[in-house]
Amino acid sequence: MNVVFWICAPLMVLGGLGLILFRKAVYSALSMALTMVCLAVLYASLDAPFLFAIQIIVYTGAVLMLFLFVLMMVGVDTPDSIIETIKGQRLLSALGALGLLALMIFSVGGAITAPSAGMAGATTGAGGNVQGIAQALFGRYVWVFELTSALLITAAVGAMIMAHAQRTKPKLGQREQAQARMKAYADSGSHPGSLPNSGVFATSNSIATPALLPDGTISEHSISKTLTERGAQLDSTQLREITAEAFAKAQRVPDEEDEEL
Amino acid sequence: MIQLEIVDPVAATGLFGYAWLMIALPALGALVLLLFGRWVEKVGPYLAVATITGSFVIAVALFLQLLAAPPESRAVAAHLYTWFSTGSWQLDVGLLVDQLSILFALLITGVGGLIHVYSLGYMAHDARKRRFFGYLNLFVAAMLTLVLADNYLVLFVGWEGVGLASYLLIGFWQHKPSAAAAAKKAFVMNRVGDLGMVLAISAMLAQFGSSAFIDVNHGAATLTGPWVTAIGLLLLLGACGKSAQVPLQAWLLDAMEGPTPVSALIHAATMVTAGVYLVVRSHAIFDLSADARLAVVIVGTVTLLAGAWIGTSKDDIKKVLAGSTMSQIGYMMLAAGIGPAGYAFAIFHLLTHGAFKANMFLGAGSVMHGMNDDVDMRRYGGLAKYLPITFWTFAMGYLAIIGFPLTSGYFSKDHIIEAAFHESALVGTLALLGAGVTAFYMTRLMLMTFGGGKRWADGVHPHESPATMTVPLIVLAALSLVAGAAMNGWIQDWLEPAAGNHPHEVELLPTPIGWLTMLVVAAGVLVGWLVFGRKQIPAVAPQGNPLAVAGRNDLFGDAINDTLVVQPVLGLSRAAVATDAKALDGFVGVITTALGGLSVGGRKVQNGYVRSYALTMVLGVLVVGAVLILGLAA
Amino acid sequence: MIDQYLYLAVILFVIGAIGVMIRRNALVAFMSVELMLNAANLALVAFAWHHASFDGQVASFFVMVVAAAEVVVGLAIIVSIYKTRRSTSVDNANLLSQ
Repeated sequence: MNVVFWICAPLMVLGGLGLILFRKAVYSALSMALTMVCLAVLYASLDAPFLFAIQIIVYTGAVLMLFLFVLMMVGVDTPDSIIETIKGQRLLSALGALGLLALMIFSVGGAITAPSAGMAGATTGAGGNVQGIAQALFGRYVWVFELTSALLITAAVGAMIMAHAQRTKPKLGQREQAQARMKAYADSGSHPGSLPNSGVFATSNSIATPALLPDGTISEHSISKTLTERGAQLDSTQLREITAEAFAKAQRVPDEEDEEL
Repeated sequence: MIQLEIVDPVAATGLFGYAWLMIALPALGALVLLLFGRWVEKVGPYLAVATITGSFVIAVALFLQLLAAPPESRAVAAHLYTWFSTGSWQLDVGLLVDQLSILFALLITGVGGLIHVYSLGYMAHDARKRRFFGYLNLFVAAMLTLVLADNYLVLFVGWEGVGLASYLLIGFWQHKPSAAAAAKKAFVMNRVGDLGMVLAISAMLAQFGSSAFIDVNHGAATLTGPWVTAIGLLLLLGACGKSAQVPLQAWLLDAMEGPTPVSALIHAATMVTAGVYLVVRSHAIFDLSADARLAVVIVGTVTLLAGAWIGTSKDDIKKVLAGSTMSQIGYMMLAAGIGPAGYAFAIFHLLTHGAFKANMFLGAGSVMHGMNDDVDMRRYGGLAKYLPITFWTFAMGYLAIIGFPLTSGYFSKDHIIEAAFHESALVGTLALLGAGVTAFYMTRLMLMTFGGGKRWADGVHPHESPATMTVPLIVLAALSLVAGAAMNGWIQDWLEPAAGNHPHEVELLPTPIGWLTMLVVAAGVLVGWLVFGRKQIPAVAPQGNPLAVAGRNDLFGDAINDTLVVQPVLGLSRAAVATDAKALDGFVGVITTALGGLSVGGRKVQNGYVRSYALTMVLGVLVVGAVLILGLAA
Repeated sequence: MIDQYLYLAVILFVIGAIGVMIRRNALVAFMSVELMLNAANLALVAFAWHHASFDGQVASFFVMVVAAAEVVVGLAIIVSIYKTRRSTSVDNANLLSQ
């Protein structure tokens, strides 16, 4: 057990330091993951296999991943600035933390006087670790358990409400949208109907192919502006050549009604 | 050899039971005129004259009763009511009608009545004359309270009342800033004297448990240590304030801003003599303390010379007379300070002075009335022809004041100078010198006003005053002539029980000192004529020698007061204001700035950043943890 | 003796605390909070082993459940804020200073 501890402990400390010192947020999150996994290993070494599993599954797998999702949403690229804006914050934080460290080490240092009992007896008495936890959880702590479930429900509902976007403008129904379209046509002459589809050619009918107007020019409305900007628009002249050549090669067959014209 | 023969008053019977009416009538008059005046606008002045006349009648009746009574029962005490009693003190309000107070009552109501009649003419065109008569009545009521009181506390009530009336009347023409300032000055300087009075009364209450004259007179001999001198000096301070003696003399000349009847009544005849009354009434205290008497003598001598000095250099006729008043009251204080030998002479001179000084003030008012209220003697000249009655009555007063043989002033002033010589040669010589200077400046006044050629401005038509003004002048002039001779042989014996004086023999022929006095007076008149009578008096005051400049500036009394009192007090108050503004407010300001700075600093903690709050939380956990964990460990 | 496990938990906890105070990226700060929770979990399981009781493991289980719920709501908030502000810096939410 000692060996496990002395392997995991430095890793955890390094992970913690990495969490607070890395400039890129994703690196911090990954350092945290390292810490949590080592923590799970320590749980296992302390005869808490259930917690070992829960730590990996819930904490590292769910909570930390949630962190990563949000990180990706809010900006994963920009490194944080190192410049401290509040005067004296760094110094005072260092002093405070050192003081806290000293105080807590002083207080926990002399806390343990008797030798540790180890979980072996309790585990066998309960018939296994999970059983022991279950007995405690649904026995002595069942009320706390129910409260915790209420807490989870509240948290979920709260998150949903938070995520719910508020409309800033009233939602337009179908009638209002149609009226808006007609009004736009009356004011500026913009086409009230739907936009033209992409062009259909012999060799291509993707959305990158523009349609042709009756006079042979391409219709700007038939292709997305994004594609045009990107330069992904296909050249309709080239596409037309095949058909034009085929028509040029075709012979004209006289029709019975031609002579009358 | 001090013998205190204290005469205990008898209870009031018969007419004496109505002695309080003397005060009540003018008080009622003042009340009606001041509170309900609008309904009595027309008859107001006559109502005032009526109340004073009523008081005078009662005073005369009481005087006749006292004359008829045997000498040992000439002090009558009428107890009115108990003011308040607390602990071992019982303070009553009562009146004491005795030889001294009845003379004063006659003076106040008599001369006061004549001045009321004079004011009917003098203030005829003033729109606020109803108020004026109300204030005059108020003054008479307060003055009578002062002289008729049987204890120092009620005397003090009257004392304050006359101070109030003086303030109201000096500042009667409120629209003049100089008048308002003069009224304030008089009141404030009187306050300094009042402080002395209050301390003296408190000392009496502390020592005797009562401030009644009886108790003080009986108990004075039992005082130990410095108490007698202390009370005497405090009473002297009060007297100095009220009687405009040095060092509290600066207000009297400014008080001439008031209308002339006010100057005549208050600042010549009655109020300013209240200090002398106080000293004589307190003879039991002064008899026992040679130091207090010496202080009184010094004050009196210095003032009589100072007043005479000022009187020689003023061009304002009223101010010359004011300086003269100051000087004559100095004579009275000198006499009162001499002790039992001089009390009666002080009162004698007070009474005659009341007559002739009121006469001269009213005469000056008559001159002003004819000269469009101009007071500058440099614009008078040669008025004897145009104002005959005024001139002749004024001349009677002039003769009285310089001490022309057989006028009233001659008798009263001579006695004082003789007593002064008995006291000490120095004091006597100074008093004699004062007599000479008095003759000098009064001659100057007469020559500048009535003699010489006319110097008045264009548009001035001097004319004689109406009958309401000239009749009082004639009455007072008559008194100036005969009052002295009438009282000379009688007043000392009359006042002896009340004032504790030792009567002297009075002879028909003047003593050697008397001849010397007459000589000095004649010399003064001669010098005056030589300087002012021969040449034309310049219309503009000449530069004058240093003595004249000093006199013109009131002997720099205002400057001295300013340097000694006003500037230090101003400096003190400015220092207090500066301390308050800088030190106290600054101190408070420092606290607020510190608090503000603290909050500005404290505000920085709340910068809104979550990370700062996280830091604060960590630090807080550190603190709490340290307390808990280390506490548990310990 | 579980001392070393406890020291390790303390060190991880402090590292997590530093991370909350230092990092401006909301997601990294959140992950630091998760690290602190994990450190507490480690201490709980160590003590469970020390006392031979399942209570510590059950407690650790509940901590995991609560941490999961917390992550759900917290990330929903961060996504909401990101949608309006286009930034995940915690320093932007400093309106409390006014």
